[in-house]
Amino acid sequence: MVMLTQTEAPPRGETSATAQRPSRERPLAIEAKGLVKRFDGTLAVDGVDIAVPEGAIYGILGPNGAGKTTTLRMLLGIIDPDEGVRRIFGHDRPHDIARLIGYLPEERGLYPTMKCDEAIAFMGALRGLTLEEGRKRGRELLEAHGLGHAIERQIRQLSKGMAQTVQLLGTLVHRPQLVVLDEPFSGLDAINQGKLEAMIRELAAEGTTVIFSTHVIHHAERLCDDVAIIAGGRVPYAGSVDAARDSIPAQVRLETRNRDGRWRSALPDDARHDIKANGAHFWYFPVPESGIETLLKQLIEGEAGVLSLSIERAGLHDAFVEIAGAAAARALEQDKAAGEDA
Amino acid sequence: MNMADKSRLSLWQAAWVVARRDFQAILFSKAFLLFLLGPIFFGAISIGAGMLGAKAADSAEPPRLAVMLPAAEAEAIVRAHRDLDGLIAIFPIESVAPGETEPDALLSDRARNLGAVLTGSLARPRLTGTQDQIESWQGRVSLLAARALGPDAAYPSVALERTRSSMASTRSAQTGTATAAITLLFLLTMLLAGMVLSNLVEEKANKIIEILAAAIPMDAVFVGKLFAMLAISFVGIAVWGSLGLAGLTLGPATGAALPTPAVGWPLFVALFVLYFALAYLLIGSVFLTVGSMAATVRDVQTLSMPATILQLAVFFLATFAMTDIGSPVELFAAVFPLSSPYAMVGRAAQSPELLPHLLAIGWQVAWVTIFVRGGATLFRRRVMKSGPAKPKTKRRFGLARRPTGQ
Repeated sequence: MVMLTQTEAPPRGETSATAQRPSRERPLAIEAKGLVKRFDGTLAVDGVDIAVPEGAIYGILGPNGAGKTTTLRMLLGIIDPDEGVRRIFGHDRPHDIARLIGYLPEERGLYPTMKCDEAIAFMGALRGLTLEEGRKRGRELLEAHGLGHAIERQIRQLSKGMAQTVQLLGTLVHRPQLVVLDEPFSGLDAINQGKLEAMIRELAAEGTTVIFSTHVIHHAERLCDDVAIIAGGRVPYAGSVDAARDSIPAQVRLETRNRDGRWRSALPDDARHDIKANGAHFWYFPVPESGIETLLKQLIEGEAGVLSLSIERAGLHDAFVEIAGAAAARALEQDKAAGEDA
Repeated sequence: MNMADKSRLSLWQAAWVVARRDFQAILFSKAFLLFLLGPIFFGAISIGAGMLGAKAADSAEPPRLAVMLPAAEAEAIVRAHRDLDGLIAIFPIESVAPGETEPDALLSDRARNLGAVLTGSLARPRLTGTQDQIESWQGRVSLLAARALGPDAAYPSVALERTRSSMASTRSAQTGTATAAITLLFLLTMLLAGMVLSNLVEEKANKIIEILAAAIPMDAVFVGKLFAMLAISFVGIAVWGSLGLAGLTLGPATGAALPTPAVGWPLFVALFVLYFALAYLLIGSVFLTVGSMAATVRDVQTLSMPATILQLAVFFLATFAMTDIGSPVELFAAVFPLSSPYAMVGRAAQSPELLPHLLAIGWQVAWVTIFVRGGATLFRRRVMKSGPAKPKTKRRFGLARRPTGQ
């Protein structure tokens, strides 16, 4: 309710008061409880709870088919939940506050024959901007993002990455207070992914709430204050990235020359194993209760051929494996690989 | 004022955004060019439809011969007609007492369907009517008179007296006008319904529907698309109407050759445009709803077939019904919502009464409201697979009142 008195974000470049406050003290931009959605009898989302503070960067993390897009579509009012409630800035009908929301869908859609500035203006018009103001802002945004040369070009004449940028600018043209991005990094090269990350940080610095879905853990880990891990339509974890990482003990990262030997008895059975390109073996496992000195002694005496050993705070990937399970983590890795191939 | 009101477009504002985009996009598309060429297409189709119309005119009540002779001669004619009926194709006859009225008045009497009037005597018959009619009947009237005079009587010469028109010739011409108007109405609505459907399928394929659905209520998308196409059709009608008017103004005086509808040209044109809009909104709602249920182009083809068949059935019903104004079939066609605009256009061409049009327009507007609201509700539920699986009846026809989200 409070947010509705402010219909425009603060000017770019200024850090808002909202963004400066700790996220736990901020009112909620999004609150969802017990969201359930079935499609033709198949349970797509099963009791999802999400709470996103205003001004936060919030990630929904999970493999393809986990229910990320369905959850976002329910939050936005594109589809209604079969059960549960959702509130955006205190409203249970997202269309009532459409002007405060910007949405970039996973499957990008623009009219192919529209010019870039017209496409942005049209998206702004859907959110209440006049066409004239939308065109003006559209041109400014295109210029600011290095697409000034494409203002008069039709969408069908653009590369996929350029078209994606135009759509993202159309999502932001009306200066929303909540930006919802569904797999925003998908289809972007590394340079544009970096630009997008910077843009998301800039939005959050201005007080805009950003929620995005991704199957790439690194994006979430780098950007997000809070994440919801979603797998099989459920949310086994929702909270801060730090809390997720702290939920599992620190990890030992061991690099050895040898793969087998007496020393292996010093490692837990479920230690994760990787082989690197140089032939070295990497092992990841929690710090043993006997202590790191004892472990090191056993490795040396057992002739492991220790190349390096470090104690690392668990990453979000480790937390994901711990929380969502190994199968979900494998699916996530496969999605990431498929995305990179594409 | 509720703060939320400042943060969203109203249904009609949102529909306007969609309609404006669609209108501009379609106006500069190949589809619109095809639509503009529609009347040429119509010309080709009308050759076939003309045959149907001729058949319809044939199946309408045939014009009669008024026999205005002394009683004895009239009885002889009736007997001769009875003898010849079945042996040759002969027109029906109707006895009228001599002196009851003038032949011209008889021919323009709307209550009678007279093609010509026989006066004079059996020996010197005189046939009054339009040139085509009396020349066509001249021989058979002579045969009829000879038969009435006796077995050995010579064929009398029939004197011809031409009038400008008769009710029968007027009715025949108006039947042609009605057929042409119904066919044009059918073709225009068919073209438009196809265009609105392909437009929606294109948006589903382009994934734009997702952006629309996130920003504005789906009802607004439905209404915007429907009315954008209606506006497009008015542009087409305006273009061809202007060309037609210019042709009539600048070209040779052909106005007299056009069969004048019963309600007169200005009112007929106005009624045609109104009935066209109503017919399109009815069938367009059906097609948009069909489009919302289709996931692929193949689905569209499959699902739109029943709607197209329905449209054809409506066309044939109206064409068949217009031959007998006031009959149960014609009344059914006028009352059934989808065929009502077609049937009433046919009626406007043939009957001067205006009250039925007022009633029909009110009736059709009510059904358009039901169709658009029902279509929009189904569209919203189906196009994004949104809404509860088992909707409550009280929400079924609500455009703006929804449980959550939309």
